[in-house]
Amino acid sequence: MADLTRLTAAETASRIAVGEISAVEVAQAHLDRIAEVDGKVHAFLHVDTEGALEAAKAVDERRAKGDALGPLAGVPLALKDVFTTRGVPTTCGSKILEGWVPPYDATVTRRLKEAGVVILGKTNMDEFAMGSSTENSAYGPTGNPWDLARIPGGSGGGSAAALAAFEAPLAIGTDTGGSIRQPAAVTGTVGVKPTYGGVSRYGLVAFSSSLDQGGPCARTVLDAALLHAAIAGHDPLDSTSVDAPVPDVVAAARAGDVRGLRVGVVKEFAGEGYQAGVLQRFDEAVELLRGLGAEVVEISCPHFDYAMPAYYLIAPSEASSNLARFDAMRYGLRVGDNGDRSAEEVMSLTREAGFGAEVKRRIMLGTYALSSGYYDAYYGQAQKVRTLITRDFDAAFAQVDVLVSPTTPTTAFPIGERADDPMAMYLADLCTIPSNMAGNAAMSLPCGLAPEDGLPVGLQIIAPAMADDRLYKVGAAVEAAYLDRWGAPLLDQAPAL
Amino acid sequence: MPGISREEVAHLARLSRLELGAEELDHLATQLDDIIGAVARVGEVAADDIPPTSHPLPLTNVMRPDEIRPGLTPEQALSGAPAAEDQRFRVPRILGEEQ
Repeated sequence: MADLTRLTAAETASRIAVGEISAVEVAQAHLDRIAEVDGKVHAFLHVDTEGALEAAKAVDERRAKGDALGPLAGVPLALKDVFTTRGVPTTCGSKILEGWVPPYDATVTRRLKEAGVVILGKTNMDEFAMGSSTENSAYGPTGNPWDLARIPGGSGGGSAAALAAFEAPLAIGTDTGGSIRQPAAVTGTVGVKPTYGGVSRYGLVAFSSSLDQGGPCARTVLDAALLHAAIAGHDPLDSTSVDAPVPDVVAAARAGDVRGLRVGVVKEFAGEGYQAGVLQRFDEAVELLRGLGAEVVEISCPHFDYAMPAYYLIAPSEASSNLARFDAMRYGLRVGDNGDRSAEEVMSLTREAGFGAEVKRRIMLGTYALSSGYYDAYYGQAQKVRTLITRDFDAAFAQVDVLVSPTTPTTAFPIGERADDPMAMYLADLCTIPSNMAGNAAMSLPCGLAPEDGLPVGLQIIAPAMADDRLYKVGAAVEAAYLDRWGAPLLDQAPAL
Repeated sequence: MPGISREEVAHLARLSRLELGAEELDHLATQLDDIIGAVARVGEVAADDIPPTSHPLPLTNVMRPDEIRPGLTPEQALSGAPAAEDQRFRVPRILGEEQ
């Protein structure tokens, strides 16, 4: 029998639905693969063998009874360890939550279970999703399956690496400044940041509430669309959830087409700091779009240059407030409670021991930006830049249907290279941050390997808010054209682990 | 914009409830100074007549029906507590001697 870990999610589900393979066999094949390679990759923080096999068995039983199965029933998935899972540890990559077992499911978790998706375990991430390399995890870094000595991106490096290592056909990520798209780009996988409010944040441990957005990660555009449809939609438990119909992303992914589409190339996303091979593959992708019948125009978004500085004021400000909940009183770590110390002293000792360097840096930065005397100069100004970025997008989308850019300025860099240089690390999110600031929808999908290092390059597609389906229509057309050109999916070129 | 002093960083650490060590404080002071220097660029473009955006969605006062729903049991709510007693979170003292 063919290797079950190489199938797409769509193929897996349809084979399970017709009884050709069982969900238990599929789950077991992936658990075996994890046992075989995850010692090297370290995509997972927790593997829920028992829970996965139980969920798979339930799908097989429902099929045996003749129940109708959903389009992803029995498909295994790797869940970023920032979503709560009832009865299964949730750490957010932090020591402060080591051993915490949530008493409730996130809405995303619940919807996955209802869809019959088999959750294999929880994936590694930068602590509290703060980072671009997964090196900020308190539990050690994840290797990029293309080269284990390189970063798999971040913060959702575990989810992206699990896909690229064929440990799971589907994964969930969260994207605050690029944490779904940047890992997708550097691992040769597909990742989508839905429109802000498109996927519920209930049970998603908050980093920066006005920017955080959960979304699908997969190896194909159609698989991402199926997962997107399974998790999206209004949730009364999240007051920022959009109460509107979810765009039909699956239909769009099945009908890839760019003929007559107006595509804008953002001219600010190039120049200094961009790797030559990344720009070369991007230029080829633009030519490919033109060849497929799209009309390509250059667009200027002059304020995007200020997106990164504004982001590193807004996100830390919100984080410093959100992470105040880790107070050593109700759950998580408690350090230094010797009977003499006050609650405040215990709180300070616990946070010092439980948070890593990047989290502390951002809490301090946010506290600074919000303090009286500095608020107007920093947080206040950053919020105005956010308005200017949104206006740049509005002007751009008055002229074009989608925007395109490289997803990241460079391919995967070596583990350790930028670990203690925050400003260098922050550059990894240069092209992804503007969409978080404006709350629109964006996708990254593979557009080849950079000639100089043979590592994956990502093409970013950006669509207006609530036009997520456009990403899939364009993404599916681009993916099909590349498949024609390459003769096989890009990941077939990844080295054996 | 003036740089950030070590004293300011120590003050921020207290506000942030982080018991930083001396070495960590020095290291962070340098890094924060660099980062703040770089992000101060936001002041270059944002004019007085630009309204601030705090959130991508224009939502106000989102309400749900005031209906009783199942919630966590006391046991579930206390399941992650570092210390619990009589169905309550047990915490270190929160008031000083003189209070």
